[in-house]
Amino acid sequence: MKSRIPVVLLACGSFNPITNMHLRLFEVARDHLHQTGRYQVIGGIISPVNDNYGKKGLVAARHRVAMARLALQTSDWIQVDSWESEQVQWTETVKVLRHHHSELLRSLPWKEGPDQGKVDSAAPAAVPELKLLCGADVLKTFQTPNLWKDTHIQEIVEKFGLVCVDRAGHDPKGYILGSPILQRYQDNIHLAREPVQNEISATYIRWALGQGQSVKYLLPDAVIAYIKEHDLYASPGEE
Amino acid sequence: MENSEKTEVVLLACGSFNPITNMHLRLFELAKDYMNGTGKYEVIKGIISPVGDAYKKKGLISAHHRVIMAELATKNSKWLEVDTWESLQQDWIETATVLRHHQEKLEASSCDHQQNSPVLERPGRKRKWAEQRQDFSQKKSLEQTKTKGVPKVKLLCGADFLESFGVPNLWKGEDITKIVGDYGLICVTRAGNDAQKFIYESDVLWKHQNNIHLVNEWITNDISSTKIRRALRRGQSIRYLVPDLVQEYIEKHSLYSSESEERNVGVILAPLQRKTAEADT
Repeated sequence: MKSRIPVVLLACGSFNPITNMHLRLFEVARDHLHQTGRYQVIGGIISPVNDNYGKKGLVAARHRVAMARLALQTSDWIQVDSWESEQVQWTETVKVLRHHHSELLRSLPWKEGPDQGKVDSAAPAAVPELKLLCGADVLKTFQTPNLWKDTHIQEIVEKFGLVCVDRAGHDPKGYILGSPILQRYQDNIHLAREPVQNEISATYIRWALGQGQSVKYLLPDAVIAYIKEHDLYASPGEE
Repeated sequence: MENSEKTEVVLLACGSFNPITNMHLRLFELAKDYMNGTGKYEVIKGIISPVGDAYKKKGLISAHHRVIMAELATKNSKWLEVDTWESLQQDWIETATVLRHHQEKLEASSCDHQQNSPVLERPGRKRKWAEQRQDFSQKKSLEQTKTKGVPKVKLLCGADFLESFGVPNLWKGEDITKIVGDYGLICVTRAGNDAQKFIYESDVLWKHQNNIHLVNEWITNDISSTKIRRALRRGQSIRYLVPDLVQEYIEKHSLYSSESEERNVGVILAPLQRKTAEADT
């Protein structure tokens, strides 16, 4: 029986704030990869973007990281990583992937022992792959002029791989067909279908909070409590 | 604005809740924000009333589990609660009757409060609401409480429910009239235009349109119980679509399977059965 390739999923983004939809991305992606029979998802990483990304309404990284941590309290396989948010400046996605990939390789267990000869050392543990997890809307942004470097896009899809969860109003297959780089490496781009349409955008969450409206059941209770405690998103976003 | 000028409202949602999902819970939150936002109402409570097993819907699992899941889902809510009266009845109960039951209960409690006797019918479930009411009575004089009147029960639903009024033989005309005339409907929908059209095309609904509140659901939230059950059959994750406690409960009791989905296959839905029986007599 062919053994499965271990995979870790990495999601980059603002997570401003994290929502149930972000969390769903991981669950849907994991189910999808498992169903191919070729992969075994062994972990998930949420990497909130650096404050210097400069996006409108972005609250401080320490809050976004704390909220993600609270949201993931009940998850046994996804965790938040603050490396990207702690860098001095904004870091391109491909560099975040490179960082986490080398961390992953460094953390691999090495079997050592005096009786090495008895242990079947012929089959080395499979090297885990790190794949970028995103929604179809992110795939579309590859087309935006000057947003991504072509060499980076290539490295992402060639060296790492993409798991893209579809989203209403987007045509991921179309985006792939429209890009020579993506087309060449389409085997490394996994399109996962989310059967339950769930358009919980963080933008809506921020708007609702600004209006004093309920966001319960759209994001974990612990995150809502944190937002209230720290008075986040109470007014229209700052520049 | 004086609180006594606002009509107190209790939102009642009937349905299979097979299982309850985050979408069901969102309906309540959206409806409450909307009604409170009009300035005319104050939503004081939300009631989830799972349907009885006698409804005979395909794939409907035992009321016992559905009630527990709903209770787990509302554990951390300050205003939502589960009522088991409907689910405990032997026969299937028409929605209008469930509404009447809850309205009468409110009226009975209201009388008790005006006589200053504490209400603790069912300590476990009622306590939250009774405490609120007692606080309120202590703040206002008896006179003012009388002026405010009894809270009104309104039926909370999605657009599919509104449109089910059009399904032949599913509803009695007089029940639809009672629901929109005597109580009122709060319908949360993405497709506001379709719902308005539906109201326009129905004389009964048109007549009582002031008692039908359409609430816009800006976020497409398609978490139907049917899809949840399908995902479970396929071994797919339902995390973040239902409250964690519900997901754990389902897993622990292996509630949904191909077998459970086959329940009541070939059996006629209770309201349709009743309609046919009445036609025959």
